[in-house]
Amino acid sequence: MEAPAIELRNISKSFGYITANKNINLTVNKGEILSLLGENGSGKTTLMNMISGIYYPDAGQIFIDGKEVVIKTPKDAFDYRIGMIHQHFKLVDIFSAAENIVLGLRNEKFNIKQSTAQIKKISEQYGFDIDPSKKIYEMSVSEKQTVEIIKVLYRGADILILDEPTAVLTPQETEKLFAVLRRMKEDGKSIIIITHKLHEVLSISDKVAVLRKGEYIGTVNTAETNESELTEMMVGKKISLNIDRSEPVDPQDRLVINKLNCINSDGLKVLDNVSFTAKSGEILGVAGIAGSGQKELLEAIAGLQKLESGEIIYNNPKTNSSDNLRDKTPLQIRELGVRLSFVPEDRLGMGLVGNMDIVDNMMLRSYKKGKSVFLERKKPRTLAEKVVSDLEVSTPGIETPVRRLSGGNVQKVLVGREIAAAPTVLMAAYPVRGLDINSSYLIYNLLNEQKEKGVAVIFVGEDLDVLIELCDKIVVMSSGSVSGIVDARTSTKEEIGFLMTKKAEGGNSNE
Amino acid sequence: MNNPKEKIHEPLFHIVKRSKDALPLWKSWLIRAIAIVFSLLVCSVIIVLLTNQNPLEVFGALLKGSFGSERKFWNMLQNLAMLLCISLAITPAFKMKFWNLGAEGQVLIGSLCSMVLMFTVGDKIPNLVLILAMLAASILGGIIWGLIPAVFKAKWNTNESLFTLMMNYIAIQLVSFAIMVWVPSGSSVMGLVNSSTKAGWIPDIFGQKYLFNIIVVAALTVFMFVYLKSSKHGYEISVVGESENTAKYIGINVKKVIIRTMILSGAICGLAGFLLVAGTNHTISKDLAGGNGFTAIMVSWLAKFNPFVMVITSFLIAFLQRGAGEIATNFNLNTSIADILTGIIIFFIIGSEFFINYQIKTKAKKEDK
Repeated sequence: MEAPAIELRNISKSFGYITANKNINLTVNKGEILSLLGENGSGKTTLMNMISGIYYPDAGQIFIDGKEVVIKTPKDAFDYRIGMIHQHFKLVDIFSAAENIVLGLRNEKFNIKQSTAQIKKISEQYGFDIDPSKKIYEMSVSEKQTVEIIKVLYRGADILILDEPTAVLTPQETEKLFAVLRRMKEDGKSIIIITHKLHEVLSISDKVAVLRKGEYIGTVNTAETNESELTEMMVGKKISLNIDRSEPVDPQDRLVINKLNCINSDGLKVLDNVSFTAKSGEILGVAGIAGSGQKELLEAIAGLQKLESGEIIYNNPKTNSSDNLRDKTPLQIRELGVRLSFVPEDRLGMGLVGNMDIVDNMMLRSYKKGKSVFLERKKPRTLAEKVVSDLEVSTPGIETPVRRLSGGNVQKVLVGREIAAAPTVLMAAYPVRGLDINSSYLIYNLLNEQKEKGVAVIFVGEDLDVLIELCDKIVVMSSGSVSGIVDARTSTKEEIGFLMTKKAEGGNSNE
Repeated sequence: MNNPKEKIHEPLFHIVKRSKDALPLWKSWLIRAIAIVFSLLVCSVIIVLLTNQNPLEVFGALLKGSFGSERKFWNMLQNLAMLLCISLAITPAFKMKFWNLGAEGQVLIGSLCSMVLMFTVGDKIPNLVLILAMLAASILGGIIWGLIPAVFKAKWNTNESLFTLMMNYIAIQLVSFAIMVWVPSGSSVMGLVNSSTKAGWIPDIFGQKYLFNIIVVAALTVFMFVYLKSSKHGYEISVVGESENTAKYIGINVKKVIIRTMILSGAICGLAGFLLVAGTNHTISKDLAGGNGFTAIMVSWLAKFNPFVMVITSFLIAFLQRGAGEIATNFNLNTSIADILTGIIIFFIIGSEFFINYQIKTKAKKEDK
């Protein structure tokens, strides 16, 4: 039998104390498409980066055509005919497609005519639709992706790695891409495709390899598996975390989200008829593969995201009035008396100012108070001291710039400040990402405390075990729309995992 | 632990960013001191090679440029004050990461506004009224010159560096035009204006011609320090400069802050223009700002936007500039050699910041670990 095109044996990689990949084994034959499946943070991209020479494995071996190889740089990867198409395109905007494709090639003379002919030949062979002289900035997302794929083919790649290629494509464009991939497969190329969408996995691949939390779970033949088996492999058996959860007391509709629609700058629909209700005294979980619209949803509520249509109704418990928060700025929302706290995903880029100390960061929400033109640092200082001691922030002092703190401590500062504002709605996006066990539990407890105080908590998470044990209700998002709302007490990981990867049904639901 | 099959070629040294707080304060100042010693050594070699002069005598002249006589000392202080004033003007904008390269033009427009009043109504209204009107006109001119690029940036996100830079040329041409109109002989040099009546001239304080400017700039330094550190406006400037996303997240109106800050920046530039015309030069030329609009950027950055440290950095520049001039005249040298020497010294001072922020690890050192 012919040696496999690429084989990985016991590949491991860790970053600090975090293990990204542990003893991974993979085999891809010539003329085969392998899907790499796994939740966020399961180590798929790290693994692929090691094959394409961006990272170097701590341990393990890589074989190409049966021979062991060392891949230290992306150039080595090219020499072994491995090409990766990254999720974020690496193209020069003001160059044409052809110029981007030949960019960086040293072993040939720059001859755009010859290159263009070559590009046309590749396009015809695999059925790409591309104008080599078109500039990148004039291109749609799908055209840019085509350029990236032709770029690696032009360099003679036989092993192609595609990192979530369909995330940015419409269903029609996805179909077109798959047709091209099938033609490449017939031509004897080996393809590894990372995707979260189960129906795509089933329609395109020959084999599926599953990773979970950095570990290799197994490889199955697509023909012999089904969605539920794959979901179970991906999310795993339920692990008990023993997070306390009290029964909601007197829940009332606090925030009513009604048919939100949002289109981002790339023209993609990132929120599609999203509707749900967040109640006081409840933790509402939001589950979904990263980029399913969670960020836009929270930012829309916080007044940072423009919407095409829909309403965000806030029921004020003090005045019993209802306000529509749509198209209001954060300042206007605050002036309405809406006490909305928001722990954004990007802690240092949005929630805090990295170069400012803890005191000045505490002031962010409150510095405007009072008529004086001068800042009042006394109260923020007291607050900073209180947060540091209550949440056990380990810091040299309250005058230390927050960027010098570790991830967990940065998060404690941010959550501490947001809770100090005595919110009625608290939104937290991935609040335990990158935190150790103890810090994570501290954050869960803080959220629970807020819930018991009657705050409507919205928790966007990625760990399904946590969502199931912490939340009361879970809204599952898939490609910008709500694919289901489940009761966290009775739901299973499989059910949520299935909803997360469910194909979007398009905008014609008559709900 | 891992055994790559091939021996990995390691470079002889690599550069590592110093970890936080790794460098004690005295060490960073030691690095700066060493840099200055090195720069003087290199200067000496250049002096001997190019001019055959005794380097020690040349360095002596460098000192004399600022401290040789009382008059020279006051001149140096005046240069320092004007440079500092413009540096203070651009600092809030730079702290906001609004790259205002148009201080030169904003100062010139400020001067032109003062000069228009001084030239046209100089003899017709009381001196105090004239001076106040000149002050107001200069500040207004500076504001307009700063506001235009700020509005374009806030509304249409145009590139402020290019915009402010181009505004400089408009200002220069306007000044050239005014001189052409005012000086009938066709000469491009305008003499002292109102030299007999001294209308629009700021009077000497304690017999010192430059003291007024120095006092104004000193007050401005304190104001700017407090404004940036303790006022709500200053806080907003820091937040917008550090992260626009954070600013939006907490509800700061970023556009408003950009416009407001550029009004302040332009106003102080306009004030600098007024001080130049009314306080010291009493005339105008297109070189009136003398490149200080650009040198100010260096002063401000070197001081990491701290107004009090900017006093030191602007002293350094003013001192070097005066010294360079002194060297040129004393030794009958071309002014270029003086510029070369100041260039070398500044190069070393700025270069030393690299060694304060980064560490060079050699191969041998790494293996010890």
